[in-house]
Amino acid sequence: MGDTRATAGPVADTTGEAARIDIVGLTKRFLTPKGQTFTAIRDVTLTVEPGQFCAIVGPTGCGKSTTLAQVSGLEKPSAGSVSVGGRIVEGITQGVSYMFQADSLFPWKTVLSNVMVGPVLTGTPKKEATVLALDWLRRVGLAGFEDRYPHQLSGGMRKRVAMAAALINRPRILLMDEPFGALDVQTKAIMQTELLQLWEESRPSVLFITHDLDEAVALSDRVVIMTSSPGTVKDVFDIDLPRPRGDVQQIRHEGRFLELQGQIWESLREEVDRAYAQTAAVAA
Amino acid sequence: MTGALSSPPRTDITGQLGYAAGDQRNFFRPESEAELQAKGRRARRRHTTMVWVGRVALAVVVLGGWQLFTELGWVDRFFFGQPSGVWDSLVHLFTVGTAFGSIWANLWVTVQEALLGFAVGTLAGMVIGILLGSNRYLAEVCGPYIKIINAIPRIVLGSIFIVAFGLGMPAKVLLAAVLVFFAVFFNAFQGVREVDQNLVSNVRVLGASPMQVAWHVTIPSAMTWIIASLHTAFGFAIIGALVAEVLGAQQGIGLIISQAQGSFDPNTVFACMVIIAVFTLVAEYLISMLERQVLKWRPPVRSEASSI
Repeated sequence: MGDTRATAGPVADTTGEAARIDIVGLTKRFLTPKGQTFTAIRDVTLTVEPGQFCAIVGPTGCGKSTTLAQVSGLEKPSAGSVSVGGRIVEGITQGVSYMFQADSLFPWKTVLSNVMVGPVLTGTPKKEATVLALDWLRRVGLAGFEDRYPHQLSGGMRKRVAMAAALINRPRILLMDEPFGALDVQTKAIMQTELLQLWEESRPSVLFITHDLDEAVALSDRVVIMTSSPGTVKDVFDIDLPRPRGDVQQIRHEGRFLELQGQIWESLREEVDRAYAQTAAVAA
Repeated sequence: MTGALSSPPRTDITGQLGYAAGDQRNFFRPESEAELQAKGRRARRRHTTMVWVGRVALAVVVLGGWQLFTELGWVDRFFFGQPSGVWDSLVHLFTVGTAFGSIWANLWVTVQEALLGFAVGTLAGMVIGILLGSNRYLAEVCGPYIKIINAIPRIVLGSIFIVAFGLGMPAKVLLAAVLVFFAVFFNAFQGVREVDQNLVSNVRVLGASPMQVAWHVTIPSAMTWIIASLHTAFGFAIIGALVAEVLGAQQGIGLIISQAQGSFDPNTVFACMVIIAVFTLVAEYLISMLERQVLKWRPPVRSEASSI
C-alpha cells in the first residue's frame, strides 16, 4: 500500500497541503468489558491527498468508524500515527467536521441555531454567525426554515441542515460516517448530488464511510477496501470518472462506472463473506 | 344471507318514506371539504359534551353517595365527615379564620415553605445531578451514600429538623427540599447519562471546551428529564411542608390539620385538603406552562397519559 501516495487523484489543489491526511501503520486496540483486548484496526496505511474524496468500504464491524475517530483526534491510536497537513494528530484536530449516520442535530435548537453552532464555538460574534448560517441555509435550499425545529423536518431536510452545519466552518477535512445510510433511495440520490455540488465549492478532503458500493464509486476519487475484523487496507481503487460528476443517478449507467463497480465488488465480496462467516461462528 | 336480511327493508323504506332514496344519492355523492369539516366539528363537540356529562356524573355519584350514606347513618359522620360539613368548614375557615390567624396567613406560610423548599431542592438536585452525571469518579464515590440516604424514610428527618431548627420556617423548608432533591437528582443524573454521544463528539470536533459541551449539549439534554421530574417534585414539596407542620409549627395549614385531628373534626381536615389541592392544581398548571415553554422543541407527545 506504500504506492498510494504516488497515485494522486485528479484534484484541483485549492486547500493546499494542510488538508492532506497521512495514516501510517495505524492500529487501535480496545479493552473489552471482560478485560481482553480487541484489535479493531491493524496496521492501516492510507493517504488522502488534499481535496480528495476518499471512500472507505468494508464489511460491518471492520473498524471504519474507528479509523475516522483517530483522524478526528477523538481517540488516541494504540500504534502508528495519523498526521493531518504534516502534523501528527494529538487531541482534537483543527478544521475538521464530522457527519454521522444519525442526524446529530440538536433537537432543542432551531434550524438556524443548529447551523450556527460551528461558528459560535469558534468564537465568531453572534451577528456574523447568523449571517453566515442564513447564507448556508440558502445554499442547501432551506431558506425560510430557520425557525423550525429538527423534528418538524423530513429526513432529507435534516441531512441538509447537518451538511450546512458541517460545512459552515469551511473545514479542510470532512469526516462522514455513513451520512446517508438511513435515507430512502430517492432522497439518498438527491443528497449525494447536493453533497458533490457543495463539496466542489470548497473542496475539503473527505473521508467517507459507506456500505453502499454504488455510492462509494459515484462520489469518490478513491475507494479503499478494508478487510473484515481486524480491519486493514486490502485494496485501493482510483476512480477516474470525470468531475464534476453532476447527477449521481446518471453516472450509475455509464460503462466505466459499471466496470469499476464490478472490479471493486470482486475485491469486497471475499471480505463480506469472511465477515459473515465470522459472525455466524460467534453466534453458533 | 346478509343480502336477504339487509336489502329488502331498505327497498321497503325507500318505497314508503321516499327520503332514503335521496339519502342514498347523498351517500354516493363526493363529500365536500366544508361538509367533512362540519361533520368533524360536530363529532368533536358531541364527544366533549359526553366527557363533561361523565365527569359531572362521577362527582355527583361520589360526593352525593358520601353525603347520602353519612346522612342515613350508614357511615358515621363524626369520624368520616360529610361534604356539606366540609363546605361549612371551608366557609368558616375563610370568614371567621382559625385560632392561628386568618386562613390566608396560614396558607401563605405553607406556600412559602413549599416554594422555598421546592426551589432549594430543585436547584441542589439539578446541580449535583448534572455534576455526578458528568463525572464518573464522583458518581462512583458518592453512589453508595446516595443509595443509602435514598433508602432512609426521609420523612422522619422532619422530627430531627424540628428538634434542630425549632418550630419556625427553616425546618419545613429543609424537609421539603430534601424530598424534592431526590426526585430531581435522579432525573438530572439519568438525563446527563442519556446524552447523545454523537452530539458530544460533534461539538468536540468543532472545538468545544468542556464548559461549552456542558452548555450546548449536556444541560439542554438533561433539561427534558429534569422538567419531567418537577411535577412529582412539587407534590413532594407540599408533602414536606405539611408533614413538618403537623410535626410541630406555630402557623400553617399542617398545624390547622393537626389541631382539627386533635379535636375530632374531620371536616376541617378535608377542608384543608381541598385548599391545598386547589393550590397544587394552580402550581401544576404553571409547571406545565413552563414545560411547554422550555420544551417547545419537542415533537408533540403522542402518549394518552399526558392528556390526563
